Amino acid sequence: MVSSSTDTAPDVRLDTVAVAGTDPERDQPWAALGLKADEYARIREILGRRPTSSELAMYSVMWSEHCSYKSSKVHLAQFSEIPQVTRAGKMLAGIGENAGVIDIGQGYAVTFKVESHNHPSYVEPYQGAATGVGGIVRDILAMGARPVAVMDPLRFGPLDAPDTHRVMPGIVAGVGGYGNCLGLPNIGGEVVFDATYAGNPLVNALCVGVLRHEDLHLAKASGVGNQVILYGARTGGDGIGGVSVLASETFDQSADGSSGPAKRPSVQVGDPFMEKLLIECTLELFAAGIVAGIQDLGGAGLSCATSELASAGDGGMHVELDRVPLRDSTLAPEEILMSESQERMMAVVEPADVAAFLAICEKWEVDATVIGEVTDGDHLQIDWHGERVVDVPPRSVAHDGPTYHRPFARPADQDDLQADGAERLARPATGDELRETLLRLVASPNLCDKSWVTDQYDRYVQGNTVLAQPSDSGMVRVDTDTNLGVAVSTDCNGRFARLDPYAGAQLALAESYRNVSTGGATPMAISDCLNFGSPEDPAVMWQFAEACRGLKDACIELGIPVTGGNVSLYNQTGETAILPTPVVAVLGVIEDVTRRTPTGFAATGDRVLLLGETREELSGSEWAHVVHDHLGGLPPQVDLAAERALSELLVAATGVVSSAHDVSDGGLAQTLAESCLRHGVGVRVDLSEVAGGDEFVALFSESAARVVVSVSPEDEERLFELAAEHGVPITSLGETRGDALEVTGAFGVPLEELRTAWTLTLPAAMA
Amino acid sequence: MSRVVVDVMPKPEILDPQGKAVQGALPRLGFQGVNEVRQGKRFEIELEGEATEERLAQVHEMASTLLSNPVIEDYEVRVVQ
Repeated sequence: MVSSSTDTAPDVRLDTVAVAGTDPERDQPWAALGLKADEYARIREILGRRPTSSELAMYSVMWSEHCSYKSSKVHLAQFSEIPQVTRAGKMLAGIGENAGVIDIGQGYAVTFKVESHNHPSYVEPYQGAATGVGGIVRDILAMGARPVAVMDPLRFGPLDAPDTHRVMPGIVAGVGGYGNCLGLPNIGGEVVFDATYAGNPLVNALCVGVLRHEDLHLAKASGVGNQVILYGARTGGDGIGGVSVLASETFDQSADGSSGPAKRPSVQVGDPFMEKLLIECTLELFAAGIVAGIQDLGGAGLSCATSELASAGDGGMHVELDRVPLRDSTLAPEEILMSESQERMMAVVEPADVAAFLAICEKWEVDATVIGEVTDGDHLQIDWHGERVVDVPPRSVAHDGPTYHRPFARPADQDDLQADGAERLARPATGDELRETLLRLVASPNLCDKSWVTDQYDRYVQGNTVLAQPSDSGMVRVDTDTNLGVAVSTDCNGRFARLDPYAGAQLALAESYRNVSTGGATPMAISDCLNFGSPEDPAVMWQFAEACRGLKDACIELGIPVTGGNVSLYNQTGETAILPTPVVAVLGVIEDVTRRTPTGFAATGDRVLLLGETREELSGSEWAHVVHDHLGGLPPQVDLAAERALSELLVAATGVVSSAHDVSDGGLAQTLAESCLRHGVGVRVDLSEVAGGDEFVALFSESAARVVVSVSPEDEERLFELAAEHGVPITSLGETRGDALEVTGAFGVPLEELRTAWTLTLPAAMA
Repeated sequence: MSRVVVDVMPKPEILDPQGKAVQGALPRLGFQGVNEVRQGKRFEIELEGEATEERLAQVHEMASTLLSNPVIEDYEVRVVQ
C-alpha cells in the first residue's frame, strides 16, 4: 500500500477483500505502520484472513497508543470506581463519550475536556498548537454544546534554550491565532519551563462548552437506513500518519515530515474560519433536531469516525469511499481513511431529514456529502471504485484493541531522590538576603509575569469573561439573566510529581480545586491530561500508575468525578523522560458571577490574612529549583480534608472578603507580590505568627491548602467566625498600605522595583 | 551583481486556507472556470557578484532555514540575471 498512490494505475493493484482471499500470504508492512507481530496476528485472527491494505491502515492507526490507550487503560479503568455524580447529581454523560457532561442547574449543562497535542507542536509549532485548539473545540461541539472558552497549559524547555525560542513563539501564536479567529476567549492555563521539556514541549488544550439538557448528543449510528453524512472541509493528504507520529516510538524519523505512507507530510494545517462555520452550522443542525448521531474527525480521521460511530450503534455501516470530497484526487483509499484533514464532522441522519441537513450546510457554505448508510449487518463495509476494501467488525477496530499490562517498578533512584531533601540547603539569613531572594524568584521563568503569552490571546471576546489570567481561575458567565457561571483552572507541578507521583497528582488536583474556589465557585468535576514518558520504561509506567491511583483516591475523597481526558505517552528525548505531568483541570460552578472574589489587593486599609497552615516544606519548591537547581526530598503534605474545608470557606466568604489568591509555586512571597502588583496596592505584613516566626520558611515554603485573603476591617470579625465554623486555621498578616511590599523587621521592596523584576523576564528573553 | 528568486509554495498535500479564500472569492466577482488557487510567496534576492555554485548553495540554505518552513512548504531557487 505504501507505494500504491505513486502508481499511475492504482486500481490494478487495489487490495480488496477479494484479492486478500486469493493472495493470502502477501507481505504486509505492519511493522512500518507501528504494529507488533502479535497485534498483526490478532488482526488476521479477527478477520479470518489477512487484512487488506485499507484494513491494515485502519487497525494500525486505531490500535496506536494514542487512539487505543493500550498501555494506559488498565490504570485508567480505576477512574470508573469514582462515583459518577457531582454535587448537582448524576453526570449526564461520562468517560467514553467525546467529553463528559455535568449538570450545573437552571437547565444548563457544561462539558469540558483537556487534551494533548504535544508531538505535532514540536514538529510544526504554529500549526500543531492551532490544530490542537481546533480538535478539542470539535470534541466539545460533538456533544451538542456551544464552545464558550478555551485554556492552554503549556510547558517548554529552559527559557534560555535555543529550541525554546523556536517552539514557544510559534506555539503561543498558534493557540492565539486559532482561538482568536474562532472568537473564543482564552481564559487561562499555565506556562512552565523545565529542562526535561526541551525537545518535547507540552501543548495541552482545554475547551468548555455549554448546552441545555435537552440538547445533549451522543456519538452513535443507529437506525437501519439512516444516512451517514461527512461535512466540513475536504479531505487532503495532510496529517497522514499523524496519529502514528503522536504516539511514535521513534519520534525523530518523522520530524522531517517524511514518515507515513507515500511520504506525505505528517502535520496538518488548520483553517479556523472553516471551523467557525462548522460550529455555527452544527449548532443549527442540532437546533433543527435532525442529528441522530454525530462524531468529530480528529486523530485517525475517517478510520476513527466510521468505526466508533458504527460500534456505538446497533447495526453495521456501509460507506462509499469514492463519495468523500477530496482536495487531492490522487489519494489512495488507505490515505483517505487515515487523513487527518482538519475541520470535518460526521453525522448520522434519518433519510427524511437529509434534504434539510444539506440545506443548512449549504447556507453556511459547508460542503456536505452522503457517503454511506447504517445497515442491518454487524460489519463496517467500505467500497472503493465498486470493490470492497474494508469488511470488519467495527468494535474490533474501535474498542477491542490490544491491552498491555506493562511492567512497572519504583525507580531504583527514587529512595535516594526522596532522601535528598531541600530543607538542608543554604538559606538566606538576613533581611537583605530575603529581599534579594524574593526579587530573584519573582523574575524567574516559572514565576514571572506571563502577559507576553496571554496578551496574544483574546481573553474577553463574547463579553462573558468574568475572570481570566492572571486570576487564579478563568470564569465565564453562562446565563446573562441569572449570572450563572463556571470557573476552570488547570494545574500541575511536575517536580512534585517526580518526587512522589501519587502525592504529586493529588497536589495538582488540590491546587486546581483551590484555584476554582478562590474565585467563589464550587468545584464540580475534573478532566485530566496525563503527560508522561515512555510506557516501555518500567519507571515511567510506575509514575503513571501511581499518578492514576493518586487521582482516583483524591477524587473519591473530595467527591468529584473524572469526566474524561487524555493520555500522552512517549514524551521523552532519548533516555530522558519529561517530569511526570498529570495536568488536572477542575471545573466549578458559581450561582452569581457578580459575587465572585477577585484576585489581588483592591484597596488600602484592608486586613490581610493567611488561611491554612504553613509547614517547613521546601523540597520541590521554586526556591530550591531557582536558587539551588535542586530537585529532591518529599513534596508538600497532601491534606484533602483541609482543601475541602478551605474551599467551602472560600465559597461561603464570597461577599465578605475583598480578594483571595492561592499560595502555591513560590510560596507566600509570590502570592503577596502578585496580590500587590495586580492593582498597585502595597502591603505591610508581620510574619511572626507564621511557621513559628521563621521568615524564610513563611515566605518560601510551598505548603498546600493555603490562600491569602484581604478583607475590610468591618468584615474581619465575620471572616474569623466563618474560618472557625469551617475549621480553617487563620492568621493575621497585616494590612494593605502604601506602595511597597514590606515585611516588618526584615525588608521592604517598592512595588515599581518588584514590577520591573516580575515583568521584564519574558519580553527580554523573547526579544 | 546577480538576482536570484526564491518561490515558496505550500506543499501540495497541505491545506492552503489563503488560496482557498481567493478561490472562493473569484466566482463571486464573476471569474468562472477556476479549479484551484494556491498562494505562495516570492523573494527577490540581490547578491554581490556572480551567482556562483557556492553563493547559490547559501541561498538554498537561506530558503530552507528562514524563507520557507520546510515542514509544510516547498521552495524553488532560480537565477534571473
